[in-house]
Amino acid sequence: MQESEFSFELDGTDLPFEPGQSIMEAATQAGVYIPHLCHHPDLRRNGSCKLCTVKVNGRFGSACALPAQAGCTVESNTSELQEMRRQIVQMLFVEGNHYCPFCEKSGNCQLQVVAYHVGMVDMHFPPFNTARQLDASHREMLLDRDRCIQCARCVRASQDLDKKNIFGLAGRGMNIRLVVNSDSGLLGDTDFSSADHAAQVCPTGALIRKDQAYPCPIGSRLYDTPISQHTIRQDARHD
Amino acid sequence: MHAMNYQRINQILDDHGRNPLRLVQILIGIQAECGGIPASVRDYISKALAVPLAQVHGVVAFYHFLSPEIQGQYRIYVADNIIDRMHGNQEVMATLLQELQAERGKPRADGQVFIDYTSCTGLCDQGPALLINSRALTHVTPDRAKEIAERINAGEPLNNWPSHWFQVEESPRVAGPVLASQFEPGRGLQAALEMGPAQYLKEVERAGLRGRGGAGFRTAIKWRVSRDAPGKTHYVICNADEGEPGTFKDRALLTRDADAMFEGMTLAGLVIGAEKGFLYLRGEYTYLYSQLVATLARRRAEHLLGKNILGREFNFDVEIHLGAGAYVAGEESALIESLEGKCAVPRPRPPFTATHGYLGQPTVCNNVETFVKTALIAQNGADWFLECGTRYSPGSKLLSVSGDVARPGIYEYPFGTSVQTVLEACGARETQAVQIGGPSGTCITPNEFDRAICYEDLSTGGSFMVFNRSRDMLSVVQNFIHFFADESCGFCTPCRVGTQLMRRAIDKIVAGKAGARELKEIEHAAKCTRAMSHCGLGQTATKPFLDTLDRLRPQYEARLSNLDFVPNFDLDQSLSKTRALSQRDDPHAHLPQTGEACDARI
Repeated sequence: MQESEFSFELDGTDLPFEPGQSIMEAATQAGVYIPHLCHHPDLRRNGSCKLCTVKVNGRFGSACALPAQAGCTVESNTSELQEMRRQIVQMLFVEGNHYCPFCEKSGNCQLQVVAYHVGMVDMHFPPFNTARQLDASHREMLLDRDRCIQCARCVRASQDLDKKNIFGLAGRGMNIRLVVNSDSGLLGDTDFSSADHAAQVCPTGALIRKDQAYPCPIGSRLYDTPISQHTIRQDARHD
Repeated sequence: MHAMNYQRINQILDDHGRNPLRLVQILIGIQAECGGIPASVRDYISKALAVPLAQVHGVVAFYHFLSPEIQGQYRIYVADNIIDRMHGNQEVMATLLQELQAERGKPRADGQVFIDYTSCTGLCDQGPALLINSRALTHVTPDRAKEIAERINAGEPLNNWPSHWFQVEESPRVAGPVLASQFEPGRGLQAALEMGPAQYLKEVERAGLRGRGGAGFRTAIKWRVSRDAPGKTHYVICNADEGEPGTFKDRALLTRDADAMFEGMTLAGLVIGAEKGFLYLRGEYTYLYSQLVATLARRRAEHLLGKNILGREFNFDVEIHLGAGAYVAGEESALIESLEGKCAVPRPRPPFTATHGYLGQPTVCNNVETFVKTALIAQNGADWFLECGTRYSPGSKLLSVSGDVARPGIYEYPFGTSVQTVLEACGARETQAVQIGGPSGTCITPNEFDRAICYEDLSTGGSFMVFNRSRDMLSVVQNFIHFFADESCGFCTPCRVGTQLMRRAIDKIVAGKAGARELKEIEHAAKCTRAMSHCGLGQTATKPFLDTLDRLRPQYEARLSNLDFVPNFDLDQSLSKTRALSQRDDPHAHLPQTGEACDARI
């Protein structure tokens, strides 16, 4: 390990970082995977999913939001944290209506693969079975709110990268929903395009292309190999 | 259908300078004027302010007191804190619904009346309380509810109703150094100007004043960090979003000591170099708005506010922003989001408010009581302040005492005073438990009543709710958990979903339908929510449950079903609809609900 005044300890290993980097960024750069969903390397930080919660000098905090600090001790891959992350993913599953066995995103879905990663084998909590609106008005893209986890990735991508500001989150508490910036509230009445960044960043099957389904056979889907290698490769590609 | 008065809407937009930062204020104005903010108006506002429609939708859907549909001429909110419940608010609600022929949470068919519950309105010492069109009514009995309904049904405007119905009393029960102090407007300011801002800050530091909202951060440090932070403009914010259930001491201060509070804000402006301050007044206290505006006007006339204060080269003024019903807005970064015209969602931290607050600029945000105290320190000196309290908690604290006590109201005690002392003073008998600091605080039982109220022991923002032995503490916990589930902003997963899981679990436990395994599991999920939530709301939302589980476990165990598992729904009951529709009721097709029954049949 190189000697540097800019290093911190992650699960017992010294990691270098560049000033200003978050714990997540420093870990990703070093090839260490910290589970996450709302974080995306191209987007401004959000810190809402809480999956990347780590313990920094004994205190809980989000790896995506906290700046790496020289000399601090970070715990991530501990049974305590993995156990709580499993509960967070289970919460996301019971809150929405997720149907992995026939979802087109299966195998390419970050929610699903993170669930495998944290050892989730059941939903555990009673499902909420909430009714959510499907928006099939757009020519190319389908917006299925059943599968939305309110991570705001599309909101941020559309605002900051596409400069279109097509999405927003509205409501409070468990009534929070993805809304569309158009008079009708429908995606078809916006200038959204499947080429937009916002169309590429959904970690689940909430925003998917209409003209294709199950494009990859089982075995060659993105996450048919273990997650950590993939996510890091994918994130690094974006950098 | 209601025709919207766009002339009035334009007037409201103009009054706020068509400033997108004032979106929440504009929508509050429209809600009051038109009784709701329907889709056409939201579109209109979005275009008039060049704000994304999604933001307008978001704000309307976020705040309790804004509605996407027209609610009508009379909008009634019945306070539903546990204390209001103990005072009989459910009878009041039932009477109102009956007499008004209305359904809770839905506009009445004629579009004239809307009635629903809301969280604590800060009137637990005078409950049951309700708000009608933002005006507070206290001591509402079912008989009074009948009279109210008669006047509403007759379409009588609120101004013609008996004025004593709207009487909010402010009479402190025990006055300490703060409530007994004679505050002379301008004297503290004069003193601080004479000694200079740096010296005055040292005086605040010497007094050891800590934030009175409950967190206890040292005021002088906050001010110094903000003063020294680089930024174009500095701001001062007074947090009057007193939302913690059972707290009403800021209501009392806003009523009788607003002058001192504004002077405290002005002093903060002097220290950190700010020219602009905001008072964020919770929507439930809208009835105090006009008298606060009058106090500001008087202070301007007395050269205590505005340009060249007391003839010096020092400008400072205060603007009042209203809240619209959101407990989470009491969190300072969420409050700032609301001031900027957005949903009150707490920001990720760091950076902190002191360096990156309103519009990303250095900002001081303190509680009403804190500002009153900074003004009194300027007037009376740090030595006066240090006359009481403990080493780590100097000074006194205002407590809002309510519940099973003979004399509810405001009590001011030095820090370090025991819970027992307060209980004796307020005439509490047969006390089973005291909730200190509201639902997000601590629930203690008699063997802890010698504990002290101070930052190093029982920290509190001021709420002090007393429950005697006749109360079912599990329904208290249930009320608190419902409160958090309703108030979660929905931003982060553990709080958004975790509080809902807690709600479902406590309902099942109280109904006697949960087993030991479920209790254990929900304790597990509660700890996850506590550890992983984004802000203090989620981190403390599980406290009522975890505290009482720790101290009153037998009460939980007595409610548990002896079964390992009880389903979340009653299958037999669910089938009853089908039976009714098909007009068939086969006795052999009734499904047993309990494990014993299943076993017996097998």
